[in-house]
Amino acid sequence: MKARVFVTLKNGVLDPQGKAIGHALNNLGFESVGEVRQGKVIDIELVERDEAKARARLKEMCEKLLANTVIEKYEIELKP
Amino acid sequence: MKAAVIVFPASNCDRDAQTALTELTGTKPFMVWHAETEVPACDLIVLPGGFSYGDYLRCGAMAAQSHIMRDVKKKADAGVAVLGICNGFQVLTEAHLLPGALLRNAGLKFVSRPVDLVVAESQSAFTRLYSMGEHVRFPVAHGEGNYFADEDTLNRLEGEGRVVFRYAPGDNPNGSVRDIAGILSEKRNVLGLMPHPERAADPMLGSISGRPLFQSLLETLS
Repeated sequence: MKARVFVTLKNGVLDPQGKAIGHALNNLGFESVGEVRQGKVIDIELVERDEAKARARLKEMCEKLLANTVIEKYEIELKP
Repeated sequence: MKAAVIVFPASNCDRDAQTALTELTGTKPFMVWHAETEVPACDLIVLPGGFSYGDYLRCGAMAAQSHIMRDVKKKADAGVAVLGICNGFQVLTEAHLLPGALLRNAGLKFVSRPVDLVVAESQSAFTRLYSMGEHVRFPVAHGEGNYFADEDTLNRLEGEGRVVFRYAPGDNPNGSVRDIAGILSEKRNVLGLMPHPERAADPMLGSISGRPLFQSLLETLS
């Protein structure tokens, strides 16, 4: 099974990189761009076949290492 | 006083810490590689500056999961003094030995220069030889030193006298909330700070205002 984990900064946490990307887009002529927030995508291959079990393991991985839950939130996407 | 310096792959201030400790405490510290499982019996553990594990994922995230950190946590819980400098501070927050997190500098630039700091708390094993409000000058060298914590945590840190160093007004190099440069753990035996006192301990390096930090520890822990 394959999983994709999205790690992004929580709302309210300053994201200077997102801001810089937003400014750059504005400078390129994309005037309609408002706030930009950036994050990480982590692709993981799992031997796990059971979806519920895989989700539980991934949650554990996020809490322990992949995300710093003081500042980041995460989303898990499973691909069979 | 016997100290141990933990060495991670890509630590780069471990030997600065070793030199400062040797000169100011008169005893050579143990240098402990991250793959070890136990820190030798000691009074102080130093997590040095650098770019442990290439700053992969998040600064300090990998180091916080290393073998040696399990024993560092155990010893910190038992009351051993722990000093995390720069990357060491990032490791301490990632290991949940200190609250909050260190974000990318607000200006997005790596900042390497001396900064003026104010000693905000002298009631600690680390700062007893400083006076409250004293100005000191330590170098900083980091890209992710922007201290962040939620409002409740910040109020608690301030209320409990756990903010030990602040950037002097107008000299905040990274956007840290409430100008916080260094904080203590609840039990006050763990200190994390972004500026480098070990690089301000020899007149040849331009400042000796980091010396009292090591002398405070020597006095408290001997």
